Amino acid sequence: MKRLLSGNEAVAQGAWEASVKVASAYPGTPSTEILETLAPYPNVYAEWAPNEKVALDSAIGAAYAGRRALCTMKHVGVNVAADSLFYVAMTGSEAGLVIVSADDPSMHSSQNEQDNRQFARFTRIPCLEPADSQEAKDMTIAAFELSEQFDTPVLLRLTTRVCHTSAPVEVFPDQKTHPPIPDKYPRNPNKYVMIPANARIHHPIIEKRIRKLADYAESSPLNIAEIRSLELGIVTSGIAYQYAREVFPDASVLKLGMVYPLPEKLIQDFASEVKNLIVLKELDPFIEEQLRLMGIKLYVPKDAEKAYRPGSKSIFPLCGELNPVVVRTSAEAAGLLPPALTTPSAPSQLKIPNRPPMLCPGCPHRATFYNLRKMKWPVAGDIGCYALGVVPPLSAIHTCGCMGAGIGVAHGAAVAGDTEQHVAVIGDSTFFHTGIPALMNVAYNQSNVITIIMDNRITGMTGHQQNPGTGKTLQQKDTIEVNIEAMVHAMGIQEVKTVNAFSVKEVSDTLKSWKDLDKPAVLITKGECALLPNARKGWMPLRIDSTKCIGCDICIRTGCPALRKSDLIHEKNGRHLTEIDPQQCTGCEVCAQVCPQNAILFREQVLAELSIDQEVN
Amino acid sequence: MSTTTALSQNPKAVNFLLAGVGGQGAILASNVLAELGIALGFDVKQAEIHGMSQRGGSVTSQVRWSDHVYSPTIPPGEADFLIAFEKSEAVRFIHHLKPSGILLVNNHAIVPVTVTSGAEAYPLHEEIQQELNGYTNNIVWIEGVVEARKAGNVKSSNVVMLGALSKFFKYPSNTWLSVLEQRVPARYIDINIKAFEAGRNLIQN
Ligand SMILES: Cc1ncc(C[n+]2csc(CCOP(=O)(O)OP(=O)(O)O)c2C)c(N)n1
Ligand code: SF4
Ligand code: SF4
Repeated sequence: MKRLLSGNEAVAQGAWEASVKVASAYPGTPSTEILETLAPYPNVYAEWAPNEKVALDSAIGAAYAGRRALCTMKHVGVNVAADSLFYVAMTGSEAGLVIVSADDPSMHSSQNEQDNRQFARFTRIPCLEPADSQEAKDMTIAAFELSEQFDTPVLLRLTTRVCHTSAPVEVFPDQKTHPPIPDKYPRNPNKYVMIPANARIHHPIIEKRIRKLADYAESSPLNIAEIRSLELGIVTSGIAYQYAREVFPDASVLKLGMVYPLPEKLIQDFASEVKNLIVLKELDPFIEEQLRLMGIKLYVPKDAEKAYRPGSKSIFPLCGELNPVVVRTSAEAAGLLPPALTTPSAPSQLKIPNRPPMLCPGCPHRATFYNLRKMKWPVAGDIGCYALGVVPPLSAIHTCGCMGAGIGVAHGAAVAGDTEQHVAVIGDSTFFHTGIPALMNVAYNQSNVITIIMDNRITGMTGHQQNPGTGKTLQQKDTIEVNIEAMVHAMGIQEVKTVNAFSVKEVSDTLKSWKDLDKPAVLITKGECALLPNARKGWMPLRIDSTKCIGCDICIRTGCPALRKSDLIHEKNGRHLTEIDPQQCTGCEVCAQVCPQNAILFREQVLAELSIDQEVN
Repeated sequence: MSTTTALSQNPKAVNFLLAGVGGQGAILASNVLAELGIALGFDVKQAEIHGMSQRGGSVTSQVRWSDHVYSPTIPPGEADFLIAFEKSEAVRFIHHLKPSGILLVNNHAIVPVTVTSGAEAYPLHEEIQQELNGYTNNIVWIEGVVEARKAGNVKSSNVVMLGALSKFFKYPSNTWLSVLEQRVPARYIDINIKAFEAGRNLIQN
């Protein structure tokens, strides 16, 4: 039966058909839906781990125990999990282990752009790269088989366009039989204990393994030479294959489903058949450089300026994702295609407003950033919805690098002797991810950093996943809620306070009382994300009393999208009065607290008004 | 506008670009188009960018039908239909439309914070109209919100738009509705059928 599946859904379906037993992950766009899709399937254990390294160790543990295991993450997650990736590349496992890296060319929702095929070469493991949803499913199954056949973890590399494109996929209602599960936990310390004595034996083993995999690649059904016109030959893989077919319908194509290790002879043969050979890929010159090392002659663009330099690419751009237009214009510039006869219409010149991401109406992070902006302290941010504290008018964040970085960055400035009051802000999920060791460093070395843990009771940015603080697992089981305050106390930090995230005054008073303290302090701002089902139940729009509003715009400085200028004009000062969009307002009362004229009705006042209305009616 | 300028009875390949603002249901509409394409026997690709979970950003989705679809994204200038759920979003993506392409635009403005805060301005309706007219003669303005409210839920303007779109194809209503029914929650089916028919009735043959 064919079903419309995204690449992510197809990976989940493939893993299930391959009888995966354990799947562990930390969410991250564009990978998140893989585990969300897999979680409700029968006969599989699926979990959110606090971070990617823990997720990978957990999948490795299952594979060591003889159960097929899957671990998924976004590209930067592999950086976090890299230490574990290196050891498991050395040991292999008892049952298949597949690691999914979902890369994000063009950084649709990421802090950097990286090409994780490099990790396959770095760790000596095979890398498969599907070009659409059907292949995503098929290659997931193939990856488990390869993993067992060659005793190696397999990297399945996806990109945003594959993850989030839906296409018809042939699905089966049954699970395949898989290798027998051992009766007893296998004990094999020579293989699984990487003390130097064993590790030294393993290194040559994995070098040999990658050569065997290269032999396999020569005849693997994953690599396909499609011979059409011999004028132009294109070596390509993944989503770039689709652009190759769209832009060069007549060209011969060598489509590599396995992008590492490369099939040298297959490529040589293909190269010798075609007149001109090019490599069409996104991001790093990963294939291009290896072809040059093989001594294969690639097409030299007309324009000498574009000629190859190490680390660059000769025809297609190094940065950002490709699409048919980028491919076509690059090919035209390189003399591979005649210049197009018609130029497509240019974008409209009419100025239309941007729609940048903003903290939602009713967001629990708003009151804290409103205060921080007023205090003008340097604030080290971190990754999550709360990174939007950088967007005007809040403009309260000054650094933001990767998950868990903020606390360390604030600490570094403080111990360097900078005398301003340094603050770090971090979300609950990010705190569990990599914030804990960083805060322990602040505690241990006693810098006077104020850390604000913004506990909105969910992993917000990636679409609301459960985490160790929420009391629910990925498979919707009830569980413990990690007590953040107790944990901070246990680190020996004495100044710890939990406040209502929506209380502008509580946040402000606490921060002011801690200014220039000579020791660490931690503020936990607790308040549910406005989009959670429970919070939605309580939404109730507020109203601005136009007889009291003076159009001072102080409420607008909270950056709430539900506040807007009305057509009403203040009699005396001529300023536009502010109004609240009832379709958007949740009634969080943050704007009402900052209004100097008490013009914004609090919930109680709105309710009182409503009941009077009802009496009158 | 009449549908005679529109597509042939049995199109070989169709590219739909859907553009709107988070929460308007552009993704649901594109799911319906993708499933419909499969039901009609096409190869189909549907591409979207899932970004951050906040409300209010631009959202686009693309659906391609053909005997074999390669690229999931439609090259600029090759969309047969641009379905804009918000009028300034129509301007943002109008250059993606083929010169002979058809624009269905919801006569509805969603004003972003950049405008409220005074940093940017929202263009006048006449400016938008004039700008769009410069790109194509095939423009259908749709009172999506009005019709959706009449159907019983303002949120169903995405389905009003689908109803209008359906008139540009010769497939019977039921072909569309049977796909739609699988994609919306059971308790909203009646409203959605009404919204679909309302959209369909906006377009003359
Ligand atoms: C290493 C790594 N893994 C995953 C992500 C994706 N990611 C970005 S923000 C975020 C979650 C943030 O959740 P939280 O800290 O609770 O803040 P919230 O968004 O709820 O405010 C995740 C998982 C990432 N950027 N880097
Ligand atoms: S999703 Fe939740 S945490 Fe994120 S901006 Fe919106 S309300 Fe705030
Ligand atoms: S109460 Fe004020 S700040 Fe909160 S959502 Fe409504 S308008 Fe926005």
